[in-house]
Parts: sequence; C-alpha cells; structure tokens
Amino acid sequence: MKILVTAKRVEDPESKIKVKPDGSGIVQEGLKYKINPFDEIGVEEGLRLVAKHGGEVVVVSIGGKEVQEQLRHALAMGATRAVWVNHTGPLDQMGVAGLLQKVAEKEKPDLVILGKQAIDDDQNQVGQYLAEFLGWGQATFASKVESLESEQEKNKVPALQMGADNKSVRVVREVDNGLATLECALPAVVTTDLRLNLPRYASLPGIMKAKSKPIEELTPAKLSVDVTPKVQVLKMASPPPRKAGIKVPDVATLVEKLRNEAKVV
Amino acid sequence: MPIVLIVAEQQPDGNLRKATLNAISAGKQLAEKAGAELHLVLLSKDPSKVSGELAGLGAKAVHTAAAPEFEHYLAETYAPAIAELAKSIGANYVGMASTAQGKDLLPRVAARLQAAMATDVMGFNGGGADVTFSRPMWAGNVFAEVKLTTPVKVFTLRATEFPAAAGGQGAAEVKTFSPKVETGKTKFVDFKEVKSARPELTEARVVVSGGRGTKGDFKEIEALADELGAAVGASRAVCDAGWVPNDLQVGQTGKVVAPQLYIAAGISGAIQHLAGMKSSKTIVAINKDAEAPIFQVADYGLVDDLFKVLPALREAIHKAKG
Repeated sequence: MKILVTAKRVEDPESKIKVKPDGSGIVQEGLKYKINPFDEIGVEEGLRLVAKHGGEVVVVSIGGKEVQEQLRHALAMGATRAVWVNHTGPLDQMGVAGLLQKVAEKEKPDLVILGKQAIDDDQNQVGQYLAEFLGWGQATFASKVESLESEQEKNKVPALQMGADNKSVRVVREVDNGLATLECALPAVVTTDLRLNLPRYASLPGIMKAKSKPIEELTPAKLSVDVTPKVQVLKMASPPPRKAGIKVPDVATLVEKLRNEAKVV
Repeated sequence: MPIVLIVAEQQPDGNLRKATLNAISAGKQLAEKAGAELHLVLLSKDPSKVSGELAGLGAKAVHTAAAPEFEHYLAETYAPAIAELAKSIGANYVGMASTAQGKDLLPRVAARLQAAMATDVMGFNGGGADVTFSRPMWAGNVFAEVKLTTPVKVFTLRATEFPAAAGGQGAAEVKTFSPKVETGKTKFVDFKEVKSARPELTEARVVVSGGRGTKGDFKEIEALADELGAAVGASRAVCDAGWVPNDLQVGQTGKVVAPQLYIAAGISGAIQHLAGMKSSKTIVAINKDAEAPIFQVADYGLVDDLFKVLPALREAIHKAKG
C-alpha cells in the first residue's frame, strides 16, 4: 500500500492564543509550533497499515520552509519520504485541496489520510473537498481503519491478482449518537478522529535517519494550481469575556444562587 | 431573488434532528440580511414522515427527493443530489447544521459547486450581497469575520448559537425532485447507536460533566444528572482513559454544548475543554484545586471534593424542588 499523509504546521494546542489589537491576526511571539495533532494520528495510522500490509508512507505539507520541521517529524516517526509544497501567504481549504489533488494524482496512493481538522482554523473541510476533487470515496472522523486486502491476495501470482477495484478499507466513523461503519473502495480519502490511535514518539535513531530522507520540493506553479483564496478572513477578535464569577462556601449557598440568582434549578 | 437553501437531516428513527431546527432559524436570519428567500431540502428513503413538519417552519419552499439509496446517509450519494438541486434552483447560499453529517457532507457539496465554505458559523454581518460570516478559530479563542468570494457560499451552522425554529408558520409548498442518483465507491456497512435514557448532549438544557477528578467513577455524576434531567458529559482525559464512551466528550475535538446550566465536576478546564462549553449560560465548577483554570469561567465555584459535594448537591436540589 502506498499511503499519502498530511502534516500541517499549527500552533501548539496548549499555547495561549491572543489576537493582535488591530484584529489582523494572532500574536506570533512566544508561540511554539507542532504537527497538527489529528495529522500526527494520520501519520501513525499510515505507518501501522504499512507495517501490516507492506508499502510506504509519503508525507506532504504546504507552507514556507519552516514546514520542513513537521515533515522531518513525520519522517522520524517512520515515513519514507516527503513532499513539500513551498508556498507562503494566505491559503484556503480549496487551495489546499487543489494542491493535494495534484500531489495525489502524481503519487497515485491507495489511500490519503488527513486529520479531520486543523486546530488553528478548525474548518474540517480539506479531506472532503479533496475526495470530491479526486472523485474518490471518503470516510471522515475515523476511529478505526482496516485494510481488507488479505495476506492471501497479496501472495497470489500476478495473473491471479485481484484487480485494484477489489481492494478496499473498512472504516468505523464517530458520528452523532454512535458509530457508523463504511467500506471504501481504494483509492480513498480518510480523515482521522482523536481516538483512532496514540501516535508513537520519534526515536533518536528515527530522528537521525530522518535527516537523510528525501524531501521533494514543489510549488503551486509547478503543480499548476491557482491558490488565490476564496475565503478571506477580514478581521479577528477575542471572544467576549465572561463576567467574573464568585466562589461559594458551601452546597447550600450554591443551590440558593442557582435557584434565586441564575434561576436554572 | 437570491435563495438560501438549508439542508435538513433525519435521525435514524426518521424524526428530524433537532439541530436542523436551529439551522432553519439561522437560514431565516441570513435570508433577511441577504434579501433572500429561504428554501429547505431533504433527501430520504421516505420524506413523507417529516415533510409536513418542514413545511410549517416558515420557509418559502421545501424540496424533497425520495430514493432507496438515501436510506443510509453517504456523502458520495447525497452531495451530488444536493449540488444538483442547488444549481437548478439557483441557490446562492447552502447551509446545514454542524452535525457529524453536516460536516461530512457540505464540504463535498461545496467542492461540487466550486464554492468556498465556512464551518461552524455563529452569526451573520453586513447585508445584501456582502453578508459576512462570524466563526470560531483556535478552539474558540478567536472569533473571525470571514467573507466567501465565490458565487455560491456554503456553510455549516453552530446550532447552539441560534434558536430552534418553531412550527405552525404557514405551509410552504413541498416540491419533489428526482436527482440522478450516484452511488459512489463507498458502501454503508452498519450503524451502532449509543442509546441513552438521558437527553442528547448537544440538546440538553442542563449538562453535568465529569473529569479526571472522578477517577472514572461517574455514579455521582449520573445520579445528579438524573435528578436534574440533565445530559452527562466528560472531559477528553476521561474519554481517552476509556472510563466513559467517547461520544460524551465535550471540547474542541468533541461536542460543543451551550446549555442553560453546565456543571463541571473534577474538570481542570484545559483550553480544549473550555472550547466546548464556554458559551453555556451558567457555569458551575466543583474542584478540589482552587487554582484550576475552570474557576476563571465559572459563575459559581465551589472548592471541595466532588465526592462530598455531588451527593449533597443532589439532595439539596431534590429538597428545594419540594
């Protein structure tokens, strides 16, 4: 299996995000950056599938040269090689999906695994746009992914090998009020939910090895994608602060306040 | 006249998902600002169950399409049909509640329509053709005003920010349409519902949530919830630990709730949890640690052991209710 995974560079989820006074963006000073946690789960899932069924994991990230840090992280986890789409400046979901479409058409993976959302823009869109652009099936919010390609199938002589159409994945999805299971013919797009797996730490030998793994550089121009954003963020603001609350000494006072002041009990 | 098209969603039992009602009143707000008329659409194996209800919610028209392939929701089957309708009626805006289905489906619809999209919209600004969307970013730490520059604009709506549309607002014309049904490359295998006697988390008036402080013992959380007719929620830590099912998780990566009363017991109040409950009307925090960040957003805080407080609180509420 060839699996393409994404690695978006985002602010560390534990960072305190502050809006600039003029509302033009967030304050960058003092922020740390990481691979998007949902993407990290995607890298881990790709590695697990490949460990079981053979093949390779290729990691892709879009951004300035700083995103090479996130690519190296995925390579240190065990990805074979990386694709870096060098682009600075604003980019929206359609732009990202358009670039990933071209990378997927070039790489021809069996599966593209992305995080269900990036924790900076919280859009939860790219995987779905990508699946439609490619005309592939989609399984979002995955909590379990299983390849249905059996060991037996893989070992058959080529003349008897099952066609690509018979390869599929089974995905259990987290949806409202329960779990839905889908079977997607490959190639397909899967987006990860939090409970899919616990990503591994990069080992020291892994980190050393990652330094010599290849990173291919592409650009939107090379991929012939117009990435002019169609989503424009006009202004950012801090959410309205909550009125300061009080501490109550005991249960009786709490119930009295809930009944007579807040009137919710 | 421009058209706002809102996509309705049926639950597995055939009833309308409640968030659809919130999405419809959001659609109405948008239609007023944009000088547009509101249309609704439902794809179903059998739309007759709810088409009457949809017709009474104040829209100009209700579009329904029936096909056996619509029995189990699949993005690849639903998206082409919704996009086809949006094109044929000339919809300028296509929206749906930010449910699991809304989030899975609408980006695919948007891609079909070459439309830009905004997720989890909380409100609309401006007017006419220049309506902009307000939406959260960075786990609700930033509210952004965004403009979509494509001719068709697609969005999902954060249900807790809009009232539920009420019935009895006249009877819209119900039009049936027959889209070309595409079945795609994905098969539905099964759906396992997590059943509960308690109200649904995102729709409950009161939510009682437990965190790491419960050490996995949710008995008192559940007992208080039952006394209050509340839903039970949880922090990510207790879901990750496998102490409670994942679908109870409140937070950036779980569910976003905004009940009248949110009781957080043994929850420290990590940024990712606050993102899911900060808009609750009244927040109560019960925690042994007086420095826990949850106290910064709580209207009423009680610094004490939750195993002492919860039974006492349940009794006091029971007594107070007479």
